[in-house]
This record gives sequence, structure tokens and C-alpha cells, in this order.
Amino acid sequence: MTATESTAMGSHSVDPEEVQRERRALVTRIAKWTLPSLVLVLSILSWHLYVTIGEVPHYILPGPFHVAKSTFEDWAVLWPALLVTGRLTLLALAMAIIGGGLLAVAFTQSKWAEMSFFPYAVILQVTPVIAIAPLLQIYVDSAFIAALLCAWIVAFFPILSNTTIGLKSADHNLRDLFTIYGATRGQRLIHLDMPSALPFFLGGLKIAGGLALIGAVVAEFVIGRSGAGLGLAATLLEASYRFNFGRLYAALILISLMGVVIFAITSVISHLILRSWHESAVRRDH
Amino acid sequence: MSSVKPALDDRPPLLTMRRIGKTFSGDIVALREMDLTVKVGEFISLLGPSGCGKSTAIRLIAGLLHPTNGVIRWTGGQSEDDLGIVFQEPTLMPWATVAKNVWLPFRLQGQSFNSVKAEIHEALELVGLENFSKAYPRELSGGMKMRVSIARAMVTKPRLILMDEPFAALDEITRLKLDNDLLELKKKIGCTVIFVTHSVFESVFLSDRIVVMAARPGRVVRELEINPTYPRDENFSTSTEYANYTRLTSDALREAMEHGE
Repeated sequence: MTATESTAMGSHSVDPEEVQRERRALVTRIAKWTLPSLVLVLSILSWHLYVTIGEVPHYILPGPFHVAKSTFEDWAVLWPALLVTGRLTLLALAMAIIGGGLLAVAFTQSKWAEMSFFPYAVILQVTPVIAIAPLLQIYVDSAFIAALLCAWIVAFFPILSNTTIGLKSADHNLRDLFTIYGATRGQRLIHLDMPSALPFFLGGLKIAGGLALIGAVVAEFVIGRSGAGLGLAATLLEASYRFNFGRLYAALILISLMGVVIFAITSVISHLILRSWHESAVRRDH
Repeated sequence: MSSVKPALDDRPPLLTMRRIGKTFSGDIVALREMDLTVKVGEFISLLGPSGCGKSTAIRLIAGLLHPTNGVIRWTGGQSEDDLGIVFQEPTLMPWATVAKNVWLPFRLQGQSFNSVKAEIHEALELVGLENFSKAYPRELSGGMKMRVSIARAMVTKPRLILMDEPFAALDEITRLKLDNDLLELKKKIGCTVIFVTHSVFESVFLSDRIVVMAARPGRVVRELEINPTYPRDENFSTSTEYANYTRLTSDALREAMEHGE
């Protein structure tokens, strides 16, 4: 089968339609990178023009060069802040993965556990974290741990709910097959339920990555000024009090970049794991 | 039931079902008083309209359901590797390669991949897929996936292989090819097969015995012995003997459908 296909491809008969199709594909590939870059350059340019032509004062809207200068000059402040926020976000995400994953396994292994605790997981999720944060600050001594809890609460739910659905989504014929072959509960979990849940879990991970950052930012706004050192969000808030808009924008851009990096990393992880078998990650030739 | 003929040879029974009944949610009779003796090396087809309980019978034999009445007895008792099963869908694990899929029955018994490598290769060779062991299911055609499923069912050399309308979702050409291959395979490894189908032609082509079933309530109405003098190969399906058996079976099926209404 493959032999005939490859000889067919190896022959020289490339018709105009195919040539055109390949050219279109090439153009699409190039445009995928150049178009967004162009939009970025144009946006920065129009930002710059607006600020210079309109003579907008820098304490209302700093120009792009001003922000770049601030980023460079304030790097000694921004870099440690980036580390603080990054550590907070990643730790919260790691805890969300462990907590959400384990809880999902517990819920699917025991119907009783799910019935008892799932409603409270939902309540924890739907209560706005910004309303809980001040309480955490009061009850938890360490500001860092309070902030961590805050970010964790936001991040863990998508992992929990996605993984729970995933663990229940195994093909029912495969379930029967496992029963016929006398699989133990553990074997079923590891060889059937967990692989079936993987695409769902990874989908949850992508959402949780972004939410962990949001949780960290919220926590810093409310708590971050004490003890744990200043994160990016706290730096941003402080800069706003001082009308230091160059630093504010620099912090904002760094936060946004962090979000992009987290999304990119989780997407790559997801793609690497699923690329050989899951429809969502499979590239179609035609 | 009067038309049940005695078996032509005296092969020992592998499995006997005595007055098996299954009632769902108290009042839906899926199967009533089914008697069946499966002999070693036999190829039995369960043929009937939908709702005749043929899939219920398969699930009862597989132990996925428990009968409401009656007993299913395995000669010499039943152990975990007595059964192989092929469903209507290939039912492969999409995250595992072909070889890893075929490994599954062994894996669940706690055997490492390397210790059963030879068996896996042999099973894949039997279905003609030895060069695809590292492929993922999604890279295969429908017919090839079904072959993997068959290889998985055979790999432990089970005493009985259950097939629940395995080729129903495939196109005609692939189906004919797989029917032929299945006969070849049976010749090679001499397994016992219970095959559920709603195709008269397929059941006559493959079976030593056809159990015709009727619906509402699901039950056995006829058993037909298919014992052609003609060798079973591609030519068999164009022989007059085949045509005669087909007519006989079709009549039995029509009768069963009329009973069911």
C-alpha cells in the first residue's frame, strides 16, 4: 500500500493544480509569521506617532521608546520582580497540577468522594479570588504562602474538572475489554483511564497556566507588598502610585510576555505528547 | 427447535449454555431459554434481526453480563486467557502503537513486552501486519485496524474467540477480504469462534453451524449445520451448494422475523 503511494509521489507528473496548491501553502506559512509581526510594528509605530504628534505627557501615556528605556534602566527592579511573580505562578501551577490531578483521580475512583466534595470545589472556584485574598492575608502568616494559595485556588479548578471528565471518557468497548482480560483497578486507571484523560488534562493545563498568572497578579495586588518581596504586579501598582508610567508599562509588558511564554510552553508540551495519536495534534496532509 | 440436527462429528464441547435467560430492568426480556453447545474448533454464527439477543448472548458468554436464569459452563473451568473478543469497532487504544495494542492481553496478565515479543510478532504476521507494528492506529485503514483487533484477540491463543459483528462497519470489498482471511486464519490456528452477524451470506460462508435467532423476546429458533463438500475458499461463494445453503438460511431467517412480529 505504502509502496504504491510512494511510487506515485515519486513520479514527475506534477499538475498545475498541485503547483498552485503548494505555492498557496508556502504563502500561508510565510504570512503566518510576517502578518502578526507587521501588525506589531505598525501598532508600535502608530503609538509612537500618537504620543509625539499629540504631545501626550509621559505620565499619561509614555511612548514606546520611553517604555523601552524604562525597561532597560529599571531592569535591576524588574528582573527580581519577574522572578518573584514567575516563581509564584509556576509553584501555583505545579500545585494545581498535583492537587487537581490527585483530586480528579480520587473523584473518579470513589463516587462517594465526588458526591461529597465536588460541590465545594465548585464553590471555591466560583467565589471571586479577589474576595478571598484579603482573608488569606489575615489568616496566613506568610505573605508568599497566602499569595500562593490565592493563585492555586484559581488555577486548580480547570485541571480538576477537565481531568475528571477525561478519566471518565474512556471508550466503553475498551472498558469491556479490560474487564474480560481481568484488569485490576490500578491497571485500568494507568493503562486506560489516564491515557484517555491526557488530552483533557493538557487542555486544562493550558487554561490553568494562564489562570495561575492571573491568580498571582491578583494576589500581589492585594497581598504582595509585604514580606515576599515585590512581584511584577506589585511593582506595577507601586509605579502607578508614583506616576512612573514608564515602569508601569514595562511591568505590564513583562507580565503579558510571561503569559505568552507560559501558554507557548504548555502548548508545546501538549503537542509533543499528543502529536502521534490525538486528532487535535495531528497534521493533515490534504 | 425440532429441526436441530445432531453434530456431524464428536468433538468435545468447550462451552455449554443451558436455558439461559436475561431480563433487563425487570421486564425487558433480551434473551429467553437459549441452549447452545459450542464444540472445540467450531465456527458458530449467531444470525438474526436486531433485538434478537445475539449481542446479549455474546456479552453473557464474555462474562460482561450475568444471566438471569440458567448456567454457562466451560469445560474444565474458565481462566482469564480463555477468551478473545473482537467488537464491531476496532476498539484500539489510540495512544499505543499496533504492537503495544496487541500486547494488551499479556500486559494485563503482568507479562513484559519483551517476554512476549515473539507471540506478538506471530499474531501480527498472521493478519499480515508485521510491518506495521510501530504504526499508530490512526495511520491505518479501517480494515487494517480490524486486523489489529483480530491479532489482539488471538495473541494469547484463547480457547474461544467472540466476534460481535466485526466487519459490519466496513465496506463490501474489505469485508469479503477479511472473511476470506478469517477462514485462512481459522485453518492455521484452529480456534473456536462465535460470530455475530446479520448477513446471511457471511454466516453461510464462514460457519460450521448457524444459530438463527428471533426478536421480542430474543430466542433461538433454528440451528443449521453448514457442512459443504466443497472446500471453503473464494470459489465456495459462487458454488450451487453455497446458494442452496444461503436459500435455506434466508428462509429460516424470514421465518424467524415473522415469528418475532
